[in-house]
Amino acid sequence: MATTAPEAPTQEVGAVQAFTVTLIVRRFDPEKDAEPYWQDFDVEMYSTDRVLDALHKIKWDQDGTLAFRRSCAHGICGSDAMRINGRNRLACKTLIKDLDITKPIYVEAIKGLPLEKDLIVDMEPFFESYRQVQPFLIASSKPEKERLQSIEQRARFDDTTKCILCAACTSSCPVFWTDGQYFGPAAIVNAHRFIFDSRDEAAQVRLDILNDKEGVWRCRTTFNCSEACPRGIEVTKAIAEVKQAILRGKP
Amino acid sequence: MTTIDAPRTPVATTRRGVNLEKWGWMYMRVSGVLLVALIFGHLFVNLVAGEGVKQIDFAFVAGKLSDPFWQVYDTLLLWLALIHGANGMRTLVNDYVAKPGVRRALHFALAASTAVLLILGTLVIYTFDPCPVGADPELVASFCGDL
Repeated sequence: MATTAPEAPTQEVGAVQAFTVTLIVRRFDPEKDAEPYWQDFDVEMYSTDRVLDALHKIKWDQDGTLAFRRSCAHGICGSDAMRINGRNRLACKTLIKDLDITKPIYVEAIKGLPLEKDLIVDMEPFFESYRQVQPFLIASSKPEKERLQSIEQRARFDDTTKCILCAACTSSCPVFWTDGQYFGPAAIVNAHRFIFDSRDEAAQVRLDILNDKEGVWRCRTTFNCSEACPRGIEVTKAIAEVKQAILRGKP
Repeated sequence: MTTIDAPRTPVATTRRGVNLEKWGWMYMRVSGVLLVALIFGHLFVNLVAGEGVKQIDFAFVAGKLSDPFWQVYDTLLLWLALIHGANGMRTLVNDYVAKPGVRRALHFALAASTAVLLILGTLVIYTFDPCPVGADPELVASFCGDL
């Protein structure tokens, strides 16, 4: 990294190479535009920068009207899921150096949810189906201290506790794109997290909710969700386990 | 002592009864496994065993359809494959057709064509005459001469 090319004497020794990256962003302002359109920006970036940094540079230095969501900027709040070069990713976890910068980087909002402005979509349908699976611990016991659980019992649902509700999986699902009634992978992942929790007592309720016309049976095992998940959750596997639990009648 | 109701507890979440979507999903899995065996058996017997693909003519088909084993085999193949395909088409319609009217029309067309094909196919399997009257003995099954 810290090498200086001899033919570039103006560059300081030890300076990190910067290069120009073209971002093509799908813009939409509901007050002005009838249809979304693509707009390109050139930004000076380092290979250690992320797509989110590029968006910041655009918003802060070039075009303040660019609208996108971000909160923690470190891959845990789940605000900045977007479609980067046709794949759902978190802008704050996608390094510029991992993309092919000889070509422009296409950035657009996630699909399947109502577009509000630029990279912002209405997340309400997503959270509505999340709420429907009752994603909270339901237990009648009142222990003095904590509810004890063995390491194996905890490991059973460990994978699905990692969800950050960024909607990358749900908005990559072709069934969700065309059928707004489908619960979507994220809701099923969060149901899985409680269905297989030994402390929870309402697994049957959640299985009944998901054993619906628009429930787990709409899943076509396309694996888009597993590929999209920025947390590496095996989403399709979790959905398959919920299907099996429904067929068994118990977790 | 019981806890209070969870916030936003949906009304009537424990809807009991038959869930067609679940059984449709089960049907696709079970019939899929059976069809793999049935289809490859069918292809092997017709195209590989004996004289190979050259053996297929009226007499060959007539001979198969007058054997009770192949009657049951072909009936299974017909019903499993046709319903499997129709159910797959139904899920495609559910996936890509948003308008309720068009959806209903396509579902109806699918169900009607599946029913017609099932009835016709089953009729052919069980009412097929392997030895038509006045047919050239060269072209019909070998056992026709014994009748």
